[in-house]
Amino acid sequence: MTDRKTRLDTPLSRRSILKGSLASTTALGALSLTGVAPLHFVSQAWAEEQPIGNFPSKTSGPSITLGFNVPQTGAYADEGADELRAYQLAVKHLNGEGDGGMMNTFTPSNLTGKGILGKKVEFVTGDTQTKSDAARASAKRMVEKDGAIMITGGSSSGVAVAVQSLCQEMGIIFMAGLTHSNDTTGKDKRRYGFRHFFNAYMSGEALAPILAEEYGTDRVAYHLTADYTWGWTQEESIKNASEALGWKTAAAVRTPLGAGDFSQYITPVLNSGADVLILNHYGKDMVNSLTQAVQFGLRDKQANGKNFEIVVPLFSRLMAQGAGDAIKGILGTTNWNWSLQDDASQAFVKSFGQEYGNPPSQAAQTCYVQTLLYANAVETAGTFYPPEVIKALEGFEFDGMGNGPTLYRAADHQCFKDVLVVRGKENPSSQFDLLEVVKIVPRKQVEYDPSIFGGELGPYIPAS
Amino acid sequence: MDSIVLQFLNGLDKGGAYALIALGLTLVFGTLGVVNFAHGALFMLGAFCAVAMQQLLTLSVQVKDESVTFFDAFKEVPYLEIWLGDFGTSIIAWSVPISILLAIPAMLLIGWVMERGLIRFFYKRSHADQILVTFGLAIVLQEIIRIWFGANPIPVSAPPPVAGSADIGAWLGLGAGVVYPWWRLIYFVFSAIILAVVFGMLQFTTYGMVVRAGMRDRETVGLLGINIQKRFTAVFGLAAVVAGLAGVMYTPIVPPNYTIGMDFLVLSFVVVVVGGMGSLGGAVLAGFLLGILQSFASMNEIKSIFPGIDQIIIYLVAVVVLLVRPRGLLGRAGVMES
Repeated sequence: MTDRKTRLDTPLSRRSILKGSLASTTALGALSLTGVAPLHFVSQAWAEEQPIGNFPSKTSGPSITLGFNVPQTGAYADEGADELRAYQLAVKHLNGEGDGGMMNTFTPSNLTGKGILGKKVEFVTGDTQTKSDAARASAKRMVEKDGAIMITGGSSSGVAVAVQSLCQEMGIIFMAGLTHSNDTTGKDKRRYGFRHFFNAYMSGEALAPILAEEYGTDRVAYHLTADYTWGWTQEESIKNASEALGWKTAAAVRTPLGAGDFSQYITPVLNSGADVLILNHYGKDMVNSLTQAVQFGLRDKQANGKNFEIVVPLFSRLMAQGAGDAIKGILGTTNWNWSLQDDASQAFVKSFGQEYGNPPSQAAQTCYVQTLLYANAVETAGTFYPPEVIKALEGFEFDGMGNGPTLYRAADHQCFKDVLVVRGKENPSSQFDLLEVVKIVPRKQVEYDPSIFGGELGPYIPAS
Repeated sequence: MDSIVLQFLNGLDKGGAYALIALGLTLVFGTLGVVNFAHGALFMLGAFCAVAMQQLLTLSVQVKDESVTFFDAFKEVPYLEIWLGDFGTSIIAWSVPISILLAIPAMLLIGWVMERGLIRFFYKRSHADQILVTFGLAIVLQEIIRIWFGANPIPVSAPPPVAGSADIGAWLGLGAGVVYPWWRLIYFVFSAIILAVVFGMLQFTTYGMVVRAGMRDRETVGLLGINIQKRFTAVFGLAAVVAGLAGVMYTPIVPPNYTIGMDFLVLSFVVVVVGGMGSLGGAVLAGFLLGILQSFASMNEIKSIFPGIDQIIIYLVAVVVLLVRPRGLLGRAGVMES
């Protein structure tokens, strides 16, 4: 640890980084490793920095603009509001205001607290409306009209995938917010897109063993699934992981996003022969479907001689707040929770809580971290030139951001870190203490081969 | 068997809401000849009467939350709880029924302002103009609600004694574990009562008789010295109240947000078309029929044969009805057929 710190204290110049990355890419190319670093890229390292996206036109002034694209309306608006709070806090910290939050715990860090590369950080916001077309339009506006040099945000994987591919075309780096579909860094991955949040596959791998431990291996599951990319991959991941442990699947039913009334989908569960209901819903959809499932007596039901159980594979404290008593005792996974006791989490919770009077949600944490990671990558690269920033993020290993040691995998731009299995707390000690951490599943257990989801990252220099 | 009963009940619930909205729509069309696309907004405004009442009852003072040590956190404690203790808490819990008291005068006023202030200028205009202006009005009302209450759905809870589920399995001899939420049963009974009251009023009172006569032949009723216009304005107010009450009572089922009216409006128009434009009985019949059909279409047995049928069944029925019987199930001959 001390070693690493000392090493980082030596100032890095852009030239040294370029040299380093050139050396490593050449070596990789020579070893002909799995095409992770395409050979043409070697020549790009020598090439003059050419205009890409808003570089250099919008990066040469005294300030730079980041674009925060979050759902301010629609099914995921609560998450969106919290994401925006986190982004504003991150901007404050980057500009050297406030207590610095996780800037104090993040290692290895080149952040200075004087903006990014000495330029003041400003921001613009857009409303994705939880719709792909609206999200693309607002991202485009922020890039073209407001001169945003980086776009970040979520929620909803449908939105993230759509905005990510737009950003690839425009040559703007996209730091995804809350997006949990395997596709974001799987079949739809992009060179310009990066995800810190975990994914459905990791949820399945982390959750299934706990489910088997708590509910046994002889179970029949019934899935209700939000009908879009995230829901499909979530359903598939949980199905695969639970079936591998001996569970059977009675049915998997798709429900329209934002259905509101789920009664017609819940009643068929009652005599389907299933004894577990898995709700692949998020946000308001999950609050509604869970509350209604409880109203329809599913939690008090006996099936196949066992207690009927409900599982919510992905949930957050904000949803727990909306669902009230219905969430108590329900198992799921989460990317991060404010009750974690490590220094980084506590520093962030303190900083966020003092600013807003609420602890941050998992959506807020991932967005805050993504903003800092982008800023740090620019500082490391010594330039806003997107291909260099991308290279600084690819394969970056860091700690002190609340999830333990984390790797930004170069092959698919997915972060790998520990996953939390949580349960709705029966006896909360405060109004925010709604989730209890059942297990911190180590990173090793949720790692996978990037090739299983296919997809291509695409070029560093977007086709114009 | 259980699932058929439950889906039937789900259908009655949805049907109740569709019927209440469609009844108002068709009343307005039958009396004033206006195609009112702002009718869904009235449902939404009704729902927000319940939200407003809840917010009014839970006006709070901020108290420091000592259980949070990381930072200064505050809890909201409603004044009613401070002043009245447990009685205050139970008043808050009963906010939905209480908000009916607010909704009736509020919706009457809104209906009156809407009709006198805008819609009456469009009686003699084409249906296309009416649709455009009322649709525009609906958007304006939606945005006002969005500015005031935000875009997120706002949860409103049913009173505690009826927040749980009724053991209908035991009542109907279906075995243990078949339960149905109390509030949904109440919603169905409530909509049946409102429908009965509206029909009773139109059928058995002199006022209602005049309105029905006016719907048949406006000119003759006018020649008899009756100010039919005034009565029709009252009918518009009545339609607004019915839609508003449907909205108030729906809030514990689905947390309302500003788009809830639009979601129902489209379906309710289909209901009116299927039932027959201007036919009150048709609206009610088609409301329940389509609600039940939609629920049954969601059963896995049906969806395994026709995937996705639950999303389109209502429109499919509408297409068939329009092709085979353009006047709708109970529509008068000649309406929509010329």
